[in-house]
Amino acid sequence: MTGSMDLPTKGGFNFDLCKRNANLEMKGLKLPGFLKTGTTIVGLVFQDGVVLGADTRATEGPIVADKNCEKIHFMAPNIYCCGAGTAADTEAVTDMVSSQLQLHRYATGRESRVVTALTLLKSHLFKYQGHVSAALVLGGVDCTGPHLHTVYPHGSTDTLPFATMGSGSLAAMSVFESQYKEGLTREEGIQLVTAAIRGGIFNDLGSGSNVDVCVITKGKTEYLRNHELPNPRTYVSSKGYSFTKGQTEVLSTKITLLKQKVEVTEGGDAMEE
Amino acid sequence: MVGKNCFAIASDRRLGVQLQTIATDFQRVFKIHDKLYIGLSGLGTDAQTLYQRLVFRHKLYQLREERDMKPETFASLVSAILYEKRFGPYFCQPVIAGLGEDNKPFICTMDCIGAKELAKDFVVSGTASESLYGACESMYKPNMEPEELFETVSQALMSSVDRDCLSGWGGYVLIV
Repeated sequence: MTGSMDLPTKGGFNFDLCKRNANLEMKGLKLPGFLKTGTTIVGLVFQDGVVLGADTRATEGPIVADKNCEKIHFMAPNIYCCGAGTAADTEAVTDMVSSQLQLHRYATGRESRVVTALTLLKSHLFKYQGHVSAALVLGGVDCTGPHLHTVYPHGSTDTLPFATMGSGSLAAMSVFESQYKEGLTREEGIQLVTAAIRGGIFNDLGSGSNVDVCVITKGKTEYLRNHELPNPRTYVSSKGYSFTKGQTEVLSTKITLLKQKVEVTEGGDAMEE
Repeated sequence: MVGKNCFAIASDRRLGVQLQTIATDFQRVFKIHDKLYIGLSGLGTDAQTLYQRLVFRHKLYQLREERDMKPETFASLVSAILYEKRFGPYFCQPVIAGLGEDNKPFICTMDCIGAKELAKDFVVSGTASESLYGACESMYKPNMEPEELFETVSQALMSSVDRDCLSGWGGYVLIV
């Protein structure tokens, strides 16, 4: 056991600490909460492609941990994925599938297809029986046309013309159900998506801050980060706090000058001889 | 907390078992290299084990690449190490602070399973994190010089820690 601990591991999950954690929990130590995304994520198909949207709030219990996080993840140049659920799970799963898609692109020499990403995601999530808590809205445009799918934490998927996920999904879905029609133009699509996300931001406590939008069409992807900022910070005090030097009681000070690193480059000699 | 071409990382000094104090000079902020520091809050033993693992990985990196790790790379490394233990995690929330290319400050925090949270102003973690969010939100100003940054970080830490029973006994502040 001592020998195997220090080598870089081969990948996959490591269950070494589970028994110890179970014992600690019996003794009363509470596991610290995970960062959840408590989100509103949406996607819709318009005439030339797919529009994805997400809010930007990350919560840790009732506290907002990050007021401007990124929930629209890159999968391939023509495929993006919004993630809801446990933040670490959505980030890890989308990064992993993104790398697998890149390797697949190198192997086949072709642009990735949305169904490839879909199958990779659903088989990973099903393998872990829903314990990897990632609910995703996957959208992209490939040689077979625009596609939009939702993936649930247990591994089931849906293929839809418009979809919403996350805690704010009901608020966003109400906007979609009343205003969606086929053959939307790009501007109408973006407007509808931002209206749906705003519905989630203002009516759901787990979603908030700004709106991110991603428009994917054949050959072009536009990631509009912070497309709308409906919650500007209005409580700034113009005076601010100003602390005078020496206000804090200091017991001891230690100043260490950083060593200058000298780089010695010898005139590159050829190695052959 | 980020300042002008500098950063500050601070922690309190109490080590306790629930309500009993065991030590009043516990070190929680560790050096990885001259311009990269990591603070680990949560279970003391996991903080020390995780620090030893990270120093080991960084030394291997230094041997192979003949240079220090960039803060962004280090944050990805910590995230991967924590996520590996997704179903039996370390009870630890790290705060990473470093100077990247051109001495541009970089800070980030993670939850105990490695969900990275980058910020441009300040990051907090620990039992007093709710108070710290409030104190930093009101006391932070962009582009502070090192001396002003020191005062701000210390006052934010002291005021939040005074409102939490499980933290206290002063603080360590490091400015780079």
